[in-house]
Amino acid sequence: MSILFESTRCISCKKCAAVCPGSLITVDETARIEHPERCWGCASCVKECPVQAIGLYLGEDVGGKGGRMTARQESTLLHWQIAKSDGTSETITVDLKDSNKY
Amino acid sequence: MESKIITTDFLIIGGGTAGCYAALTFCEHSDKKVLIVEKAGIKRSGCLAAGVNAINAYISAGHSPQDYVDYAVRDAGGIARRDLLLSMSEGLNRTVRKLEALGLTILKDENGGYVTRGWRNIKINGERIKPILAEAVKNQSQIGILERVNVFEYIVKDNQILGALAVSIDEPIFYTIYAKTVLCATGGASGLYKPNNPGFSRHKMWYPPFNTGAGYAMGIRAGAEMTSFEMRFVALRCKDTIAPTGTLAQGVGAKQINAKGEVYESKYGVTTSQRIYGTVRENADGNGPCYLKTTGITPAQDEELKKAYLNMCPSQTLKWIENGKNPSDENVEIEGTEPYIVGGHTASGYWIGNDRQTTISGLFAAGDVAGGCPQKYVTGAFAEGELAAIAAAEHIGQARAVPVDQMGIANTKRWLEGFLGRSQSDIITDTLEDEMQSAMDRYAGGISQNYSCDEECLQTALQKISGIERKLPLLSANNMRELLYILELRERLTLCKSVIAHLSVRKETRWHIFAERRDYPDKRKEFECFINSRLVGGELEVIKRELI
Ligand SMILES: Cc1cc2nc3c(=O)[nH]c(=O)nc-3n(C[C@H](O)[C@H](O)[C@H](O)COP(=O)(O)OP(=O)(O)OC[C@H]3O[C@@H](n4cnc5c(N)ncnc54)[C@H](O)[C@@H]3O)c2cc1C
Ligand code: SF4
Ligand code: SF4
Repeated sequence: MSILFESTRCISCKKCAAVCPGSLITVDETARIEHPERCWGCASCVKECPVQAIGLYLGEDVGGKGGRMTARQESTLLHWQIAKSDGTSETITVDLKDSNKY
Repeated sequence: MESKIITTDFLIIGGGTAGCYAALTFCEHSDKKVLIVEKAGIKRSGCLAAGVNAINAYISAGHSPQDYVDYAVRDAGGIARRDLLLSMSEGLNRTVRKLEALGLTILKDENGGYVTRGWRNIKINGERIKPILAEAVKNQSQIGILERVNVFEYIVKDNQILGALAVSIDEPIFYTIYAKTVLCATGGASGLYKPNNPGFSRHKMWYPPFNTGAGYAMGIRAGAEMTSFEMRFVALRCKDTIAPTGTLAQGVGAKQINAKGEVYESKYGVTTSQRIYGTVRENADGNGPCYLKTTGITPAQDEELKKAYLNMCPSQTLKWIENGKNPSDENVEIEGTEPYIVGGHTASGYWIGNDRQTTISGLFAAGDVAGGCPQKYVTGAFAEGELAAIAAAEHIGQARAVPVDQMGIANTKRWLEGFLGRSQSDIITDTLEDEMQSAMDRYAGGISQNYSCDEECLQTALQKISGIERKLPLLSANNMRELLYILELRERLTLCKSVIAHLSVRKETRWHIFAERRDYPDKRKEFECFINSRLVGGELEVIKRELI
C-alpha cells in the first residue's frame, strides 16, 4: 500500500505533508515520500491534494494490479477516480454530508 | 540539539480521539492553559485518520449503560472493570450529541431519531469525524497545539508527574515541557508482531502503524501500575487490505463461511475472540480459506458498500474496482490480523481510578492507552477524555511544586545526541524491528503460531527481546526522523517485555487467540482476576488484583 506523486502536477502547497498521520511526506521543489513502505494507505494526503497529484495504489504483495486512485473535492462532494491499468477509469462520488447506509 | 522549555497547566500527550475531546472539555471547566503535543498533525492523526465505519458504542432506546457494562464484561470473559465501564457508558450518548453539534452527520429516521444497527451502533459519516474534531480544537484559543513533536519520556519525581520530554521530528529541538497535570492519550500499539503483509505493504495494517505504544512504555518505565497486557487484540479483517469487516457482517448481513460454504460462527460462539478463533480453527482444520458471504447481494448494495469503504478504508474499494469484481460477484476472504495492544478493544493499559487518574499522581489516561475498560471505541475514548479532563481541571489546584531533576534531563538529552552524533552504525533500526517482530511472532503467539504460545517459548521470546534491546545503544540516526524510529523501536521493545511477562503469568486460556496458552488450554478459576505489573528497581513485578 502506498502513494505515488505526479510531480508535474504538484504545486508544492504542502497540504499533503501537513495531514499525513505518519508525517511521511516531504515537500522541497515538489512533494515526495522517502519511505513508501511506511505508508498506512489512509488516503488522507490523496483527499487533501488540490490538483490530484497523489495516487493511492495497492502494492503487488497485497494483490495490487496497478490501479491508481485520486480524489477531487467539489463543495461537499468527493469524486474518487480510479484509473485502471488497462487505461479505463471509473469515478465514484461520495457526498461528505451523507451518512453511511451500512 | 537546541533546548526549548515550555510551561503549561494541563499537558495532553496525543491529539487523537481522546486527547482532542479532553482538550475541548477542559476548556468548559477551567480557564487554565492547555497544550496538546502531537507527533503528527491533529487533522488526521491516529485511529480516525481514514475515517471510521460507525459509532460502535451507543446506548439506544430501551437499553441502559448497565446493559453495555454487562455486554463488555461478558465479551471479556469477566476480566473488565465494571466501575470504569459504567462511568464510560454513562457518557457515551452525551459525546455523540456533542459531535453532532460540531457537525458530524448521523443517519436519522423519519421521526428524527438515530437509525441504529443492533442496539449499540449508530450510522454516521465517519470520514469527517477527525477533521471536525480538529477544527473545533483549533477554533478554541485556550488550547495550544504543538504538532510534529514526539513525546518519549515523563518527568516524574516522588511518584508525581511534573511534565514530559519530547523531540521535534523535523528539526534538532529537545523540548522540556513542565505541567501541573498530564493526560496520556497516545492510543495503543501496533508493530510488536510480524504483520499480515511483512514485505512492502507491512504498514497496511488495521491499527495505525504510527501508534507505537509510547504511552504504555512511558508508564512502564515511570513505574505506573499497568493491567492486562496479556489480553491482546486480534481483529478479523478483509485479506490483503486489512479493511474492517463489520460493514459487511452487520451492514449487509454477510455470514462467515468456510471454503465448503458452511456457516461456522455458530460452532465457536460469537464473542469477539471466538469469531477469530473460529476462522483460525477452520483454516487449521483444512476448511479454509474463510470468507464473508457477500455473493448474491443486490447491485444497490454493491454501490453502497463501495461508498462506505471509501469513507473509512479506500483501498478495499480500489481492490474491488481493480479486480473488476463486486462483492456481489465474489465473497470477501477474511483473516486475523497480527496481535495489537489496544485498551479500547480489550482491557490492556494503565490501571486507573474512576476519574482516569493512573497510579502516578497527576497523570491521567484515556482512550486506547487506558486499561480495564474494553469495548470503548470512538465514543468511549471521548467519554474517558471527558472524565479525565474534568478530574485534571480539579487536580491542577492540588499540584505540589516539586524540584525537577535537571541533571537527569540533561543526561537524557545527551543520550539522544549520542544517536545523532555517532557515525553510521552497522546495525539498522529497521533490521532490529524485523528481528523483534519475528521473535514475537514465533515465540509469543503471532500469526504463524495460530496465536498460541507456551511457557518455554515465552522464555525464549523474553531472551530474544532482551538481546535486541541490548543492541539499541549501538544505533545511529542521520536526522530527527531516524531518531524518532529509534525511540519507537525502544518503546515497542519495552512493551514486548511486559506483554511476554503477562502472557507467562496467565496460565490458562480464557480468551482464545488473545491469550492462547497451548500448555494451559482451559480456563482456570484462580485466574478470575486482573494481572497487573509495575517496574520496581528495574524488575517487572507482577500483581494479581481481584475483580472489581
Ligand atoms: C482503522 C480503525 C477503524 C476503527 N473503526 C471504528 C468504528 O467504525 N467505530 C468505532 O466506534 N471505533 C472504531 N475504531 C476504534 C476507535 O477509532 C479507537 O478506539 C479510538 O479512536 C482510540 O482513540 P485514542 O484517542 O485512544 O487513539 P488515537 O485517536 O489514535 O490518538 C492517539 C494520538 O496520539 C498520537 N501519539 C502517539 N504517540 C505519540 C507520542 N509519542 N507523542 C505525541 N503524540 C503521540 C497519535 O499520533 C494520535 O494522534 C477504529 C479504529 C481503527 C484503528
Ligand atoms: S496514504 Fe496516509 S499514510 Fe500514506 S502517505 Fe498518504 S497520508 Fe501518509
Ligand atoms: S497536496 Fe498535492 S500539490 Fe500540494 S504539495 Fe502535496 S502533492 Fe503537491
